[in-house]
Amino acid sequence: MRNDSNVSLAAVKRKKTTIAAGVFLLPSFLLIAIYFIYPIIDTFVISTYKWNGISSARVFVGLDNWKTLIHDVFFWDAFKHNVTIMVFSILLQIPIGMLLATFLDAAGRKFNAFKVIWFLPYLMSSVAIAFLFTYALATNGGIISSMASIIKGSKVTIDLLGRSPHALFAVIGVMAWQYTPFYMVYFIAGYGNIDTTIYEAAIIDGATRSQYVRLIAIPLLGPIFKTACTMSLIGSLKYFDLIWNLTQGGPVNSTELMATYMYKLSFQQFNMGYGSCVAAGMFILITIIALLFQKVFVVKEDY
Amino acid sequence: METKTIDYAKAKRKSVIAWSFAIFGACVWLLLTLTPFIFMVLNSFRKQFDMLQQGVFHLPDPWFFENYVEVVTHGFFGYFFRSVIVVTVSLVLTLLISAFAAYPLARMKFRFRGLIYAGIVAMMSVPMHVTLIPVFKLTTDMGLYDKLASLIGPYVTFALPMSVFILTAFMMTIPKEIEESAEIDGCGRFRNFFAIILPLSKPGLSTLAIYNGVATWNEFAFANTLLQTASHKTLPLALGQFKGEHALDIPIILAVLTLSVLPMIILFIIFQDKLVKGMMAGAVKG
Repeated sequence: MRNDSNVSLAAVKRKKTTIAAGVFLLPSFLLIAIYFIYPIIDTFVISTYKWNGISSARVFVGLDNWKTLIHDVFFWDAFKHNVTIMVFSILLQIPIGMLLATFLDAAGRKFNAFKVIWFLPYLMSSVAIAFLFTYALATNGGIISSMASIIKGSKVTIDLLGRSPHALFAVIGVMAWQYTPFYMVYFIAGYGNIDTTIYEAAIIDGATRSQYVRLIAIPLLGPIFKTACTMSLIGSLKYFDLIWNLTQGGPVNSTELMATYMYKLSFQQFNMGYGSCVAAGMFILITIIALLFQKVFVVKEDY
Repeated sequence: METKTIDYAKAKRKSVIAWSFAIFGACVWLLLTLTPFIFMVLNSFRKQFDMLQQGVFHLPDPWFFENYVEVVTHGFFGYFFRSVIVVTVSLVLTLLISAFAAYPLARMKFRFRGLIYAGIVAMMSVPMHVTLIPVFKLTTDMGLYDKLASLIGPYVTFALPMSVFILTAFMMTIPKEIEESAEIDGCGRFRNFFAIILPLSKPGLSTLAIYNGVATWNEFAFANTLLQTASHKTLPLALGQFKGEHALDIPIILAVLTLSVLPMIILFIIFQDKLVKGMMAGAVKG
């Protein structure tokens, strides 16, 4: 009898907890349902229609858009550009960010001004950076052209954004300028998390600073490296703002990305059906790549 | 004894060389970082045609302040305040709603908790551009198109995953005993949340405020899709608007750029330690 009432009391408590949890989670659920789950499903639904986004007349075309997408050279070129950016982002931003953080960790507070200045680019919006570099990389009166002119002593014009392979690499350079500070702060935080007693113990045991960094700090930063790579990877695959305002995908689609291609189709050519198809394709590709990356590189996730 | 001193001197020489290289590298990156900013600020004080004549790295002659006057008197503050409003409203909602969600995820035992948490975390890797077309459609259907309010929903939703993730991790570190003793004193879950958990989560909340604040302040894609009229647009769209009106006047655009990045720089200098501390909290859980 007594036992029974105990059980039911526990059950009541459990039920109460579940209700309370539900109430707390409700606002998030609502927002996620309206602005996340429904739109993703809808993207796949719209991808089976031919639709200009305005008129109520939409024509069901089945998998036609998807068949077009699989053979769409522009889409796969855009995907290749995304992958190129991804590779160079990981190779540039993370190592440089790591080096800068290592420097600041060794140099101490005397070099705080360096940290502040190094961080500045990350404070600018991608749009502002795009506008700034439209002028900074201009053939006439840009930074690079002007510097080359000063060095050479006569007028030099260097066209970075107007030529085919150059534009993509110019964009990669601008991205490195923008995002390296983010990884720098991330690694500074990582260094800060290493217990100072570990450093002290290493120094007492006779390790030099560089031995400490190479043999102790970097292995300890392993998980942070992984997270940084994942962030860089996903970020590179969904780039939009910078390219849209800097090159609009040009010249001749040489910097077109999946997101800019999707945007052009949907909001410039008002081909929302196919635009949705590109968006859905992008969603699938990013999910696959992120999952593969997790599978290959995940050591062990413990919370 | 002697060999040891020699070793020491050698090691010291080596470290001096390494240190010089490090300082050199640091200065190179400093220059790379600063040059575009110097370019931006110097040239924003020039007359339209002086840029090519004077050379972009010469001091402006004369210093031409009218660019700033022009920008400020032609709607800059409108864009600015609209951005302030959107950022403030989204931020308050994001922090409140994500704290609501993080509390049960960190503190209660119920069915599907792991699944819900994993789902929210997985949302982080989904590119928000995928939702752009349906959200555009939805916004039009709701009659919110071209209204500032249309941005709140998407902004809050896309800030949620990261915020819930960090806050959950944060709330797990708050000792259980505090809550339990409050419960014995007759505190219900909601009192508990507002009186104990929320105030104790302040450090986590301030980190998220910085992050989401910067992200929302700079957001472009949704703003560009959902707003149309110049007098409804936010700051990131102001650049395009000014460029449309002053197509060839580069110094004016550079003045807009300088003005739009200035508040962020000031805020960063004030809050930089908070930012790094916040990232530490995020980095542990990574």
